[in-house]
Amino acid sequence: MKISRKRFLQIGGLTLCAVACKTAVGELLDIGEGNSPSAPGAAPATRWAMVVDTAKCFKKDGCTDCIRACNKAHNVPAINDANHEVKWIWKESFENALPSQANPYGGEKFRDKPVMVLCNHCDKPPCVRVCPTQATWKREDGIVMMDWHRCIGCRYCVAACPYGSRSFNWVDPRPYIAELNPSFPTRTKGVVEKCNFCEERLVNGQLPACVAACPEKALVFGNVADPKSDVRQILESRFTLRRKPELGTQPNVFYLV
Amino acid sequence: MRDRGVIYTGLLTFLALMTFPVWHDLAAKTTSRGPEPVMPTREKLCVAPLSYMRTSHMNMLMDWRDAVVRHDVHSFKAYNGKTYNMSLTGTCLTGCHTNKAEFCDRCHNYAGVSVYCWDCHVDPKMAGRSAK
Repeated sequence: MKISRKRFLQIGGLTLCAVACKTAVGELLDIGEGNSPSAPGAAPATRWAMVVDTAKCFKKDGCTDCIRACNKAHNVPAINDANHEVKWIWKESFENALPSQANPYGGEKFRDKPVMVLCNHCDKPPCVRVCPTQATWKREDGIVMMDWHRCIGCRYCVAACPYGSRSFNWVDPRPYIAELNPSFPTRTKGVVEKCNFCEERLVNGQLPACVAACPEKALVFGNVADPKSDVRQILESRFTLRRKPELGTQPNVFYLV
Repeated sequence: MRDRGVIYTGLLTFLALMTFPVWHDLAAKTTSRGPEPVMPTREKLCVAPLSYMRTSHMNMLMDWRDAVVRHDVHSFKAYNGKTYNMSLTGTCLTGCHTNKAEFCDRCHNYAGVSVYCWDCHVDPKMAGRSAK
C-alpha cells in the first residue's frame, strides 16, 4: 500500500492530538482524589480525632494537668526562652486560638481565656507537603507522624504549619528535661518536634496522656470514623469549631465553645 | 664514618620513639586484650544468634526502627520463635543488657565507633534523673 506524504502527516497529527487529549482528560479525572495512599473514595477505618470542651476546660482555673502529663510522657524540655521553647500542647488565648471567631463586641468573659491547642493532625497537612525528606507524613489512621531519625532540621514544616504546632530544637533539649522518661526518646539538637497524638500509647490501647490526665474530662479522644465513638457522637449532636477552617487544612481537633 | 656515634645514637632514638607504643602496650599488658563486653546474666538467648548480632546488630536495629516508626509494626518474631517488642530501650536495655556502659559502650569505644543512638534514646539507668 502506498501512502502519500499528505496522508502520513494527517495520521501523525491526529495521533498526537489523541495522546494529548488522553493526558488532559486523565489529569482532570484525577482531581479531588489527591495522592492518598488508600483507594480513592474509600473511607478510612480509623481516623483519630479530639474534641476540646472549652467550657469544661475553663472550670479549673490555672490547671495544667494535661500539659504536665504530655511533657512527662514525651520528655518535652521546659525551656524558658521563648525563642527556643518546645511545645506539644499549650494554652493560647481564645482570640489567637480561634481567630476567625473574633468580633469587636463583647466577649470579655472569654476573650482572654486560655484554650488548649496542639497539633491538629490535619486531613490535608501542609507540613507534610513541604517536608523534603518525608520525615513527616500522614498515617492511614490520620496521625501526622514524625520520624526524627530522618528530620534534617530544614524547618519548612515549621513555616508551613498555620497553627504554630511545630517546635524546633535550637539547643540540646536534654539539660532542660526535669525527669527523663526512658520509655520515650528525647530529641536532639536540630530536629523539629510536635504532638504525635500519643501514637505510642494508642498501640497499647491507652488514651493519649493529656486526655487521661484531664480532671474535668474536657478532652475527648476517639475514632471519628466509627459512628458509635464518643467524638463522633459529640460532633453529630453539637456545634463544633475548628481552627482556621478557611485554610482548608481540615483539622482533626474540634472545639466546643 | 667519623660521625658514627652521632648517627647510631640518632637511629636508636628514632627507633625507640617509633616503637614506643608497642613497648608501652606490652608493659601495660593491653596488647592482647579485647573489648571484653560484660554479657547479660538474666537472659541466655538473644533475639538472633551471637554471630549475627556481632556483625549485624546495627542493621537489625535500623530495621526495627523503620518497622516501628514508619510502618507501625511493633512485634518481632525472633529466631527462637519468641515474640519481642521492638524497642532498644524497652527490650534490649531493660530486658537483657542492663549494663549499657559495660556492654554497648565498651565495644563501641574499643572499635572507635561513635553512635548517635544515645543522643535521643535513653539508658533506663538514667530514668527519673535530670539529664544534666
